[in-house]
Amino acid sequence: MRKLLNTLYVTTPDAFLTRERENVVVRVDNEERFRIPIHNLEGIVCFGYMGTSPQLMRLCADNNVGLSFLTPSGKFLARVSGRVRGNVLLRRAQYRKADNREESLEIAKAFITAKIVNCRTVLGRGIRDHRDIIDCDRVRAVDALLIENLLKIEDSDSADALRGIEGNCAKFYFITLDELILKQKDEFYLRERSRRPPLDNMNALLSFLYTLLAHDVESALETVGLDPYVGFFHTDRPGRPGLALDMMEELRPFMADRLALNLVNMKQIGSGDFYRKENGGVILTDGGRKAVIGAWQKRKQDTISHPYLNEKIPIGLLPYVQAMLMARFLRRDIDGYPPFFMN
Amino acid sequence: MVLVTYDVNTETPEGRKRLRRVAAECVNYGQRVQNSVFECLVDPAQFIKLKHALCGIIDQDKDSLRFYYLGKNWKNRVEHFGAKGGYDPEGLLVA
Repeated sequence: MRKLLNTLYVTTPDAFLTRERENVVVRVDNEERFRIPIHNLEGIVCFGYMGTSPQLMRLCADNNVGLSFLTPSGKFLARVSGRVRGNVLLRRAQYRKADNREESLEIAKAFITAKIVNCRTVLGRGIRDHRDIIDCDRVRAVDALLIENLLKIEDSDSADALRGIEGNCAKFYFITLDELILKQKDEFYLRERSRRPPLDNMNALLSFLYTLLAHDVESALETVGLDPYVGFFHTDRPGRPGLALDMMEELRPFMADRLALNLVNMKQIGSGDFYRKENGGVILTDGGRKAVIGAWQKRKQDTISHPYLNEKIPIGLLPYVQAMLMARFLRRDIDGYPPFFMN
Repeated sequence: MVLVTYDVNTETPEGRKRLRRVAAECVNYGQRVQNSVFECLVDPAQFIKLKHALCGIIDQDKDSLRFYYLGKNWKNRVEHFGAKGGYDPEGLLVA
């Protein structure tokens, strides 16, 4: 298996990134702050407005390093994808599948099945570890509802029906995550999912983690030569990375939701790490963002045994592995897309 | 992880030029931890390229080049005291 490389997070607002031969150089006020060889990097995530030089963009594109720009609050702005690369036959296969409603629906079912199963695993773990503290009946009730919906997936005959199932599950799953918040309950709670802007701490935390995950998933898709913008479940819309969003569905519970719960429950993050803007939206402070990024990067280095590959991989490679499996499926090397089920 | 150290004879302008080129090549692959000392986190293919490039630059009669292979568990094998600690290329990178 490929080695997981590091991601550089640039959080200084006035940083400008340049290239010096094979190095990425971070400058603030024209003064060099940091320098690293490009081949040590998997991606660069830039939280600031100064940007980078076109030469650095080229370096990233040539080395398959994902380069994303986010606002200081973590809202996604843009990513640099370079010249279209990879295998044109693979992309054509992807487009043909995406144009075929029945086949798209089959793949979408795999994504959503895995998502709901993974959501159940998150809830199940909550019950197993904290049965004395949480309201198990409430969690179990939602779990039963998720099972009920899982059974409906197979028979759903349209993307809209599937969207209904998914939306239904997501709504109940989110408010049930509230039960699994064990500490700092006054400051962290999940009443409902709010975004653009997130209206409370927990939603802000989740949104931020999803942004980090989106960067990794999009880069992974590009690395294997797939088009992140053409999805099977999420419909095409300009600027919306449909396939990346599809693939995130199955990864969210494992990679983001659980980490968010851990951060709060282990008190690695507190209400002081957030602030409220005039429009009511809640965002992370600089310190909070750093804490979350640190935890995220650390989590990515933990290894798991991938259930389909039967191989030990760092969690950070999961998006890449799933992208690779999707590519294999589209090339007809395997009969179906095996989504990721956490255990 | 490979530690690259070198001594380049700088008595002549050519020597000084070689020194600059060796340093520039090392910067491509790693982090400068001391004046003529670089820590390079490279895979075997990258290392062969680096070694080849450096050996092409130095003058075998006048200069010397040493590679120390620190392996995967290099963190256990490195201790640092004093100023300029550098960064851990496998750790959290926030600039």
